[in-house]
Parts: sequence; structure tokens; C-alpha cells
Amino acid sequence: MVFAATLDGPSIPWVELIPVLSLLAGTCFLLLVGSLVPNWPRRGYAWVAGISTAVALVANVVKWNDLYYVKGQTFFADVIATDRFSVLASIAICISVIFAALMLSAYLIRMNADGPELYALLLTSGIGALVMVASNELIVLFLGLEILSLSLYLLAASNRDREQSQESGLKYFILGGFSSAFFLYGVALIFGATGSTKISGIGSGLSASISILNTDAMLLVGIGLLLVGLGFKVSAAPFHVWTPDVYEGAPTPVTAFMASAGKVAAFAALLRILMVGLEQRADDWRPVVWALAMLTVFTGSILAVVQTNVKRMLAYSSISHAGFILVGVEAAGQMSGDGIATSMNYLVIYTVLVMGSFAIVLAMSGNTDGETNLSDFKGLAKRRPALALAFTVLLFAQAGVPLTAGFVAKFAVIKSSVEANSYVLAIAAMVAAVIGAYLYLRIAVSMWLEEPASDSEISVDPAVVVVIAVSVAATLIVGFFPELLLQATRLARFAPL
Amino acid sequence: MNASFPILSALVLLPILGAILITVISNKHLEYVKLIAMIFSVGVGGMSIWLLASFQSDDSGFQFVSQHDWVTSWGISWHLGVDGVSLFLVVLTGILFPLVILGIDPHHDHKRYLAWLLLLEAGVMGSFLSLDLFLFFIFFEIVLVPMYFLIGGWGYDKRVYAATKFFLYTMLGSAFMLVGIIATAVLARRDIGYLTFDLVTLTEQASFATNTGRWLFVSFAIAFAVKVPIFPLHTWLPDAHTQAPTGGSVILAGVLLKMGTYGFLRFGLYLFPEAAVWAKPVLLTLAVIGIIYGAIAATMQTDLKRLVAYSSVAHLGFIVLGIFAITSQSLTGSVMQMVNHGISTGALFLLVGMIYERRHTREIAELRGIQSVAPIFSAAFMIVMLSSIGVPGLNGFAGEFLILIGSFQSARWWTIVAATGVILAALYLLWAYQRVFHGEPDEANSTFAELTLREGALLAVFIGIIGFTGIYPKPMLERIEPSIDKLMEHVVSHSDYKAPTTPEVKTPETTKVEGH
Repeated sequence: MVFAATLDGPSIPWVELIPVLSLLAGTCFLLLVGSLVPNWPRRGYAWVAGISTAVALVANVVKWNDLYYVKGQTFFADVIATDRFSVLASIAICISVIFAALMLSAYLIRMNADGPELYALLLTSGIGALVMVASNELIVLFLGLEILSLSLYLLAASNRDREQSQESGLKYFILGGFSSAFFLYGVALIFGATGSTKISGIGSGLSASISILNTDAMLLVGIGLLLVGLGFKVSAAPFHVWTPDVYEGAPTPVTAFMASAGKVAAFAALLRILMVGLEQRADDWRPVVWALAMLTVFTGSILAVVQTNVKRMLAYSSISHAGFILVGVEAAGQMSGDGIATSMNYLVIYTVLVMGSFAIVLAMSGNTDGETNLSDFKGLAKRRPALALAFTVLLFAQAGVPLTAGFVAKFAVIKSSVEANSYVLAIAAMVAAVIGAYLYLRIAVSMWLEEPASDSEISVDPAVVVVIAVSVAATLIVGFFPELLLQATRLARFAPL
Repeated sequence: MNASFPILSALVLLPILGAILITVISNKHLEYVKLIAMIFSVGVGGMSIWLLASFQSDDSGFQFVSQHDWVTSWGISWHLGVDGVSLFLVVLTGILFPLVILGIDPHHDHKRYLAWLLLLEAGVMGSFLSLDLFLFFIFFEIVLVPMYFLIGGWGYDKRVYAATKFFLYTMLGSAFMLVGIIATAVLARRDIGYLTFDLVTLTEQASFATNTGRWLFVSFAIAFAVKVPIFPLHTWLPDAHTQAPTGGSVILAGVLLKMGTYGFLRFGLYLFPEAAVWAKPVLLTLAVIGIIYGAIAATMQTDLKRLVAYSSVAHLGFIVLGIFAITSQSLTGSVMQMVNHGISTGALFLLVGMIYERRHTREIAELRGIQSVAPIFSAAFMIVMLSSIGVPGLNGFAGEFLILIGSFQSARWWTIVAATGVILAALYLLWAYQRVFHGEPDEANSTFAELTLREGALLAVFIGIIGFTGIYPKPMLERIEPSIDKLMEHVVSHSDYKAPTTPEVKTPETTKVEGH
């Protein structure tokens, strides 16, 4: 007797999965072949990681063009959404993974510790990030978040010779665990209030129940907990305290990846939850995001002033950038505005800026991971003028000086904010940007206006040169011709579901 | 050059090209660096003179307009144009930069110094020529970067502090302006129908509610007030001036500060006439305080360069007084005074720089009796100083007199107080002159070298302009006036401001009086 039972699972559109599968294939290849064949050619691991991510990148670009006709689709019983928003975020993440792989190769070769593990972890964290930006379901989102975070904990702690690295990993792990718990509890409460964990389902659930039910408090608490959980991940004040320590302790390529892809993923998730799921309750969450943004821009820029370690400085500056993106998120809550597009625009530009900046820190830090004090940058203009010039461009871009991409990013976000009538927040953010500029000026001063403390040779790995060159070029090109990027980010919308 | 040649774009882009060339040139051929800087700055200067020559003096609108789309999704275009208000500032910029490049050598690292200087020139040119709010902001802000490096890299002992203060102060002002610019464009979209940052379109088609317009004006005014600087936002200026290298000071006083006063005219009065009229009493009061305060502070200084810096605060107070008195004469006078102050204070900084080169001090107490060892130098100083005081027959008089005569009609009491500033100017400058140049030179001063040929030639240009515009300001006035009259009409028709009925003191007559 033939026993035939069929289980109706959702149909699997493999083509849509190419980016994730490609990263997964890269991971498996690295781990399997890496453990079987001990001696790989120089940078072999980086090539594998880079190529598998490049495939994902190309797949996403193709998808971007396809979405010209179809505005967006959902797959796997609606848990994964493909729209131009998720595709653009995925592109940013892929770029960030490639850059991180290049930097990692330079770092590991210099430390004499080249091996497949870190690349594999990099790719898995990339998978997590890709899942996060596309998920239309809170549980799947949580899975993505955990894949990303767990890989990052390990990556952060990967330098076994350095105590700070261990501390960084542990700290990130414990606080990350907390934030995940907050997030999960929030998911549970929202499910309780709306009867759905699907992000689009939450939205339709909310619009169906117009009356104020007794589930209202539950929903509001749920929203609050979600904001806390994701606030941790994007390092919004007052949930930012882990950031400087973790950024400083982690190996520089990991820091760069954490600061870019990690933030892109978390912000993309945040935007999707708020704008697709909770748009009806925008009046409830907007004030909260407003306060978070206000606190974050000032915390980041004021605390950065007193730092003496460049990695910590960049950590604080990344906090204030998060604040700026939150300004865009706040603006998105106002229906007519283009806050989603401008936040995305900021994220893409920020990814490039932060990658380039950390690449320079990596180039400067020599054989150790830790010596990144401001005094090490003294007189860099005399030792390596090109490096100093590149860093200056990136720093001024972060400060928002015109004709750089950073200005385009800030301008766009402030424009959305003004369109959403949040004048106070817009002005406050700009004032905070001025305070923050002091930090970048301090670095510029020690590079250009002070005498070198040592004249030891700074050798820059070619892979790092690539990262720096590409990010500086992108910064200037977008700065001079913003239209190139704006055309794309303007289209970054959620699918009408 | 035919009419279709985009001369304004060239004025902005050529210096940038020069800076790029200088940057990429190999360190082995440093001798070409100066040559390139010379060619480009003199070329730009020549083009600005050509612009002056072919400017239609009876046309009150924007001339030589060049407009290209730039960031279409935000309605931003590369829109340049020149009118009577900006013409002489452009020419001033075009002349001052080659003089600084030819006349003053930095003490080290020519290559980077000249590259920054050319970038600065591009930024300043762009600010005076932009007719697009976004474009203007970009130039207004980008100027900070080269100036920051010029002060920080080639300045005196407290240069880093001064440079950072300069950068952050000005950037803080611009932060408000950026929000203001965006808000202007966004709010005007309701009237215009699409998003645009174009100044002309905004001025012609947008009308803001009274309160909105005032808020927007305030956001612009903060940025300009820092840049001018208007009391009490002036504290960055003495530091920046004192610490900047001579070339930097000349440029800073000569053209950079004018970006603020020019901004008030172009983006204050022109864009928000109603609000400018509303803000008139406050700005007049601050201007007058600036005049008196700057003069008193200048009197108290022991450092010659700081003295000149404070005198700038006073002089710019006059310009702001003229702008916000809002009469044809006072506005015309302000535009003239912007140029004149650029020339005479620029020259003063140059002379103070020469003193420092010779004596390595700027302390007034250390200097004595220079007149007897360097008579030509002293004579040059005297002429420049008198022009700064505003002695008739020299350029300073024409502008200041017009400002006072114009302001008296609409802001009588302010003008009366401000007029004492003229006397104070004579006081602090003559007193300084007396201490530095009169008396018997002591040992250190007895070897004070006379002007070299090159220094003399440099000063001769300044003194030539000082004399010419002092004796014959008519060509300047007749190019400025049509645009100012148009601006006045615009202000009167867009607010309930009533221009005081002008008594029969038409400006051409005053010029005749001066001519004799």
C-alpha cells in the first residue's frame, strides 16, 4: 500500500531567494572547503565571500529593475516582502558586506590569522540583515535579527588577544539579549492587541478596529517595547550606552560592518513596522520618535566632543547619525512627507561614509587593533597626504559640508522634517550637527595642523585602498550630482499590500 | 568673448580648475604652482573687469544670466546672474584675489596655500552670483573650509582656536539658514505649484503669511548676522582676523564679511521685504551698538591688527545701518561702502602685515617713530587710514556719507548716534597712527625697512582705487542705482513701508559736490 500524504507548504520562489542563498552557499563553501583544504591562496576567503555577496548584489539590482512593473510582492505566505524599499536596503547591505570582507582580509593578513571563520560569520550576519529588511512578519524579523546579532557577537569578540574585544563581544551579547527580549515581548503584546504578527496584517487589523478597545493599552505598550528593542539596535539614545565600548573593542572591520549594515537592517525593520504596520497609530509613535531623535542627535554630538579615541569618536558620531535618521523616521509619520525615502537616502550615504572612515582607521591602526588614539593621527598630512585628504573628505561629509554626500543626506532629511512641520526638530538637529562638527574638526586639526608624533611607515593594504577610494569617490560624486542617488532613493517605497 | 559665453559660470569654475591643477601638479615642479595661481586669478580678475565694462548700467535686472538644471527632483538649478548690487562685489573679489596671490607670500607650503585660496575665490564668487537659494547656501558654507585651513595652517600662534571658532560660529548661523531655506521652498510650493529654490521665482510668485515670513527672515538673518558680524555675534571676528595670515585677513575683511551684508540685501530685503521692514528697529539698534561698541573696543586695543579688526565691526555697522534704513541713498551707500571697506580695510591689513613682517610684533607699544625711517610707507598708511576714517575725497567718504544722508530720513535718531562713530573712527585710527608713526624711533624701530618695489606696486593699486572712487564715484553709482531703485520699489510694493519722500538731494548732485 502506498502511503501518500501531502503537506501543503507555501510555494517557494527560488529566484527571489538568490541573494540569501548565495550568501548561504558562500558560507557553506567557506566552512566546508575551508576546513578540508588548509592552505588557501592569499585572500582566497575574501574572494569567496566577496563573490557570493556580489552575486547577491547583482540579483538585487536586477530585482530593482523588475520592480519597475510590479510595485511589490510578498512570498512564503506573505512573510517576505519584496519592494523597492527592501531591495535598496539589501543593496546597501551587500555593499557593506563586500567592503567589510575587503577590510577583514587586510586585517586578518596583518594579524597573521587568516581563516574562513570570520568570513563565514560575516556572510551569515549578512543573511540576517537581508532577512530583516525584507520580512513582513515579526517572528521572521526576529529570526533575522537574531541571525545578525549572534554572528555579530562572535565577530566582535573574535580577537582573542585583546581584552577589549572580549569585553566588547560580551557586552554586546548581554545588552543585545536584553533588547531582543524587549522586542519579543513587544511582538507578543502587539499580537495580542491586533491578532496578527504579520506587519501588513497589523495594519489592516488596526484599520478594521476603529473604536478604542481595551486592547489599546496593550498595543501602546507593545509599540513602546518594539521601539526600545530596535532603539538598542540602531543605538538611539538613551539605549546607546553599549555603542562606544562595543565599537571601540571590536576589530575595526567588524565595527564598520556593525555600524553600517547593522544600522541599515534595524532602521529598515523599524520603518517597515512603523509605516506599514502601525501607520494608523502614527500620532501615537511620532512623539516618541521625536523625543528619541532629539535626545540622540544631542547625545551623540555632545559626548563626542570629549573623546580622545578616534574609534570612540566615530561611535558617537554614528549615534548622532542615527539621530538624524530618526528625524527622517519622525517625518515619515506625517502622511504627505517623503520621510521614508530620505531616511533610506541617509542610510545609503551613511553606509558609504562610515565604511570609508573605518577603513582609514584600520589603515592607521597598524598591527594592533587598539592604537587609534587621536594623537596617532597627528601630522598625517605630512606622512600620507592622500590618506589625510581622503579622511578629511569623509569627515567633512559626515559633518554635512556641502558638495559632499553627507550634505545631501542631511539636506534631504531636514527637508522631509520641514515638510512634516517638525521645525523644532529640524533646527535642533542642525544645531546638533554643528556641535558634532567640532569632533570632525578636531581630527582634521590633528591631521593637518599638528606635527607628526612618529614617522614610522604607514603601509596601507590594497584592499583597504579600494574601500577608501570607492567611498571617497562615491561621497564626492553624490555630493556634486545628488540627482544620481535621489532618483533611486525616491523610489524606495513599501509595496502597497 | 561673445555674448553667449557663460562668463559667470567661468568666474566660479575657473578658480576651482586652478586649484585642482595646483593640487595634482607634482611636488617637483613647485615653481609652476605660483604661475598657475597667477594665471587663473589674474584671468578671473580680467574677466570680472570685462564684466564691469560690458555691464548695462541702465538695466536694473539680472544680467549675464546662466541657468541649468542641477538637482531636478528638488527644483534646484545652477542659476547665476549679476545686477548692480552684486556687480562691484564680484569685481572686488576678482581684483582682491590676484593682488593677494601676487603680493603676499605665505611663509611655507605655497602649494596648498594657493590651492585653498583659489577654492576660496570660487566660493566667494559663487555666493555673490547665485540666484538659487540652495546654490547660495552651498557656496556660503563651502567658503568655511578653505578659510578654516588658511587660518589654521598659515596663521599665528592661536590659529587653531581661532579657526575652529570661526568655523563653528559661522556653521551655527548657517544651520538656521538651511532650515529657513528649505522651509521657504517648501512653503512656497503652495503658491508656485512645484518645489523650487530659485530666488527669482520665489520672490515673484510666493507670498508668505506675515508671521511665516518673519520667522523665515529671522532664520536667514541669524546666519548673515554671524557672518557680517553684527553685535553681539561678532566675537569670532577679532580672533579670526588677528590669527589669520595677512592674505587671509585681507580676504576675510575684503570680501568674506560682505557675504553677510550682501545676504541681507539679496535674501533679506529682496526675498522677505515685509519681514525686513518689521525687523528694521532691532537691526538698526544692533547696527548702531556695533558702530559705537566697535569703535570703543578698537580704541582700547593694544594690538594693531585687533584694532583694525574691531574697526571692521564698526564699519560693517554702518553698512547694516544703511541697509535697514531702507532708503535709496542709504542702500546705494551701503553697497558702495561694502566695496570701499573691502579696499581700505584690506589695504590696512596688508600694511599691518608688512609691519609684522618687519618687526615681528603688532603691539602698538613696541612701535614708534616709523615715519622718520620709512616715510613712503607711512604716507601709504596715512592715505589708507584716512580713507577708512571717511575723509572726503577718498572712497570711504562717498559710501558713508550716502548712508548717513539716507538713514537720516528714515531713522533719524539712530543716524545721529551712528554719526558719532565717524568721529570715534578718526579718534582710534589717528591715535594709533600717532603712537606708531610719530615720535623718535627707538633702536628696534630705527631699522624699519622702507616699502619694496613689489609692496609699493601692490599698495599703489589699492591707493589708486581709493583715490579714483573717492573723487569720481559716478560710474559706480550709476551702475548700482537702477538695481537699488528696483529693490526699493519691490520693498515698498510688498510691505506697508512708506519710503520717506526724498528731498531734492538726488545722489548725482552729491557726487558733483564731492567732485569739486
